[in-house]
Amino acid sequence: MTIDECYQNIGRIADKTNAFITVISKAEAVKKMQHAKSFLSGVPFVLKDSYVTKHIKTTAASNVLKDYLPQYSATVYRRLEGAGAILLGKMNMDAWGHGGTSENTDFGPVKNPWDLTRVAGGSGGGPAVAVVTDCADFAIGEDTGGSIRNPAAWCGITGLKVTYGRVSRYGCIAYASSFDTVGPTARTAQQCARILRVIAGKDPYDATSSNKPVPDYVGQLKKPLGKLTIGWPKELFGEGLDWEIKIAIEQARRELEKHGIKIKEISMPLFSYGVPVYYIIAPSETSSNLGRYDGVRFGNGRENFTSETKRRIMVGTYALSAGYYDAYYKKAQQVRTLFIKEYAKALSECDMVLMPVNPTPPPKIGELINDPVKKLLADYYTTSQNPVGVPSLALPCGFTRSGLPIGMQLVGKMFSEDLLLQVGYRYQQATDWHTRKPKL
Amino acid sequence: MKITPIIGLEVHVELATASKMFCGCPADHFGKPPNIQTCPVCLGLPGALPVPNKKAVEWTIILAQALDCKINLISKFDRKNYFYPDLPKGYQITQYDQPFGENGKLGKIRIRRVHLEEDTGKLQHEGQQSLVDFNRSGVPLVEIVTEPDFRSVEEVDVYLKKLQRIIRYLGISSADMEKGSMRLEPSISLSNDGSLPNYRVEVKNINSFRFVRMALEYEIKRQQKEPHIQQTRGWSEAKNATVPQREKEEAHDYRYFPDPDIPPIRMSNEQLAIIKEQIPELPEAKLTRFVKQYNLSQYAANILTDDKNTADYFEEAAKLSDQFADIANWIINKKADITTLVPAQLVEQIKKSQTAMPVDKTALEQAIKTVLSANPKAVADYKKGKTAVIGFFLGKISQAVKIPANDMIRTVLERMLNAR
Repeated sequence: MTIDECYQNIGRIADKTNAFITVISKAEAVKKMQHAKSFLSGVPFVLKDSYVTKHIKTTAASNVLKDYLPQYSATVYRRLEGAGAILLGKMNMDAWGHGGTSENTDFGPVKNPWDLTRVAGGSGGGPAVAVVTDCADFAIGEDTGGSIRNPAAWCGITGLKVTYGRVSRYGCIAYASSFDTVGPTARTAQQCARILRVIAGKDPYDATSSNKPVPDYVGQLKKPLGKLTIGWPKELFGEGLDWEIKIAIEQARRELEKHGIKIKEISMPLFSYGVPVYYIIAPSETSSNLGRYDGVRFGNGRENFTSETKRRIMVGTYALSAGYYDAYYKKAQQVRTLFIKEYAKALSECDMVLMPVNPTPPPKIGELINDPVKKLLADYYTTSQNPVGVPSLALPCGFTRSGLPIGMQLVGKMFSEDLLLQVGYRYQQATDWHTRKPKL
Repeated sequence: MKITPIIGLEVHVELATASKMFCGCPADHFGKPPNIQTCPVCLGLPGALPVPNKKAVEWTIILAQALDCKINLISKFDRKNYFYPDLPKGYQITQYDQPFGENGKLGKIRIRRVHLEEDTGKLQHEGQQSLVDFNRSGVPLVEIVTEPDFRSVEEVDVYLKKLQRIIRYLGISSADMEKGSMRLEPSISLSNDGSLPNYRVEVKNINSFRFVRMALEYEIKRQQKEPHIQQTRGWSEAKNATVPQREKEEAHDYRYFPDPDIPPIRMSNEQLAIIKEQIPELPEAKLTRFVKQYNLSQYAANILTDDKNTADYFEEAAKLSDQFADIANWIINKKADITTLVPAQLVEQIKKSQTAMPVDKTALEQAIKTVLSANPKAVADYKKGKTAVIGFFLGKISQAVKIPANDMIRTVLERMLNAR
């Protein structure tokens, strides 16, 4: 897309959807176009507002950082700029990543372009909206428990949660440090492959980033698939899953089978512990990560945290307290270890696992934010991968009769992004769900 | 009833690494203008991440090895959460349950643990304002914790001096009290029967050996008069007394948990062996060897080995001449400036002084007689076995005969002393 087209679309949708927190001025963006030709020259993109950008306002969608101007830039931003990509905006989200609907924000809820009365998903609602409305070619999201995949599925685009350690977290405002992953979201798996090629790899500023060599994700897309088996965890397609989503994924399954991929029924009995493990460890880490926002050195005071964020800080503080640590935090870490084994077992029987992203289509604005427990269950399918660290690719696979997008996800082995993208590419060659655009 | 003080020590030592613990800022912060050595990491800015300094880890392990600790093959960093304006992240990165070293000893004092953490910023209070300087934020800090094994103030003093010497020998810190690179926190309680009491008084952040002695002596007196309660106190130079700080009842819940930003650190026995090879001969061993190998007095060997550079200088010179006592004497009495003279030059000077000024035996004996008569107390001390006074006599005699002390003078002196 050209920069002009993007700015036209931004002008058209920004107010309607609340997707943007900051729009970079067109003059500023055009100035950066003069870069020499490189891998992503002139490709327009947006960042979730959880990435610090030097001298560009960075809020994490919270009033605590309402006017915060960072002194340095995140590694992922520097790498993309270095490759010639052009930043157009900083996107709305659930404050600090705390949420799955982009309603927990001090900048107004992000609205779903397919139906403005519904949520766009979260926490990266803004980035997903920008992509599906053609405000940018791609966005960088941040996935702690579904924050890339969930809005990708509810907006009808492709989103990649990378293996923990595959992409540097330096300059990504931390939510839950041991779950946080930095990844691309775009229309297609092919575009995700291009972006990942640029942002993946060791960063001396992130001790948890991996030394593993970065494969040629783009070059590998068109290679023959070879003999592949995809696991079908039967428990995950039972009660609680919307029937339209179930049907859409079953259809995708048949499509994959047409490409010679073998589908194998597997069992993941521990899967439902994903939500409790996630909702103990993530709040614990966030209670510590957010300790610095005391308004003493920068930003505004703690009274500016939303109730959802305060709730997570309190839960985490409780779980780490002397006397409760063993029963909550430590126990959750032990279950996390079981989880790692559960996934290892499942992935020893197949190359990747196919499952839903959301149990339901996007709900109405206000429906989940006022029901914290129901909201937790909306994260059922996306919270268990982050404690394990495995990568997952969310792909559009259909629409409900009322015209709302449906997504599925392929969960792979550690550092198997290349294979996930290859299958995603193949699937998107045969389907057109990812090409559809909302009428706004 | 006999009252025994029960004392334990926590010592913090800032490592002299080039950069800070988790970022690339310079670690040497002494006397620098405020906040010039800072970056997103040590300021705790949003999104910044810590990357551990390998040298600091290695040096902590070296120190733990020198203190005979068991080194944990898997170690990790933890977060200690609390609010304080000099702590920019709202937590300090430290080590909680898997420190680098555990269960060591120094002499008969058991070392409970040796761990690595980051220093905090520094607060300066000016009138109504409190200012924060983050130059110190993130400087690597080693904490050495003993068991409550000290039974007297004297034992504490001896331990601290030994520890400081070892740290300097290892070259990992200046261990300089004035610059705050070594900070001391004794804990003391009194026991009637030698068993561990159920309270302890911690005295925070003392910056000199003398103040540790004074604080402990003060506490021994105070605790005999006042009720025994668990307490944190500070040393007040102005009052020459310890004063209560916050009470232990308000103890923080630090909510320790493993720092998810830093992968656990794994060491193999081979790696540990390589690190251990870097440990030089330690002060105690060197002293024993000097006495034996160079036939030096305990007194002379002690002074020479106090500082590793001096000891090395002596050995360098001792390779060139077997007049060990003379070399030692010249160095100890600062007859030559060893900072400007290379060892060979020193040996040359000693030789020259001896040939140029032969001693007249009668004059020497007369001089010795005079010195001995003038110092009856020192003679008595010698008779009681304090051979260290030899150095004192040699100094006086060489002044009287106007030549540097040498083996010959020493032989005559010892003969005459023994004859008295």
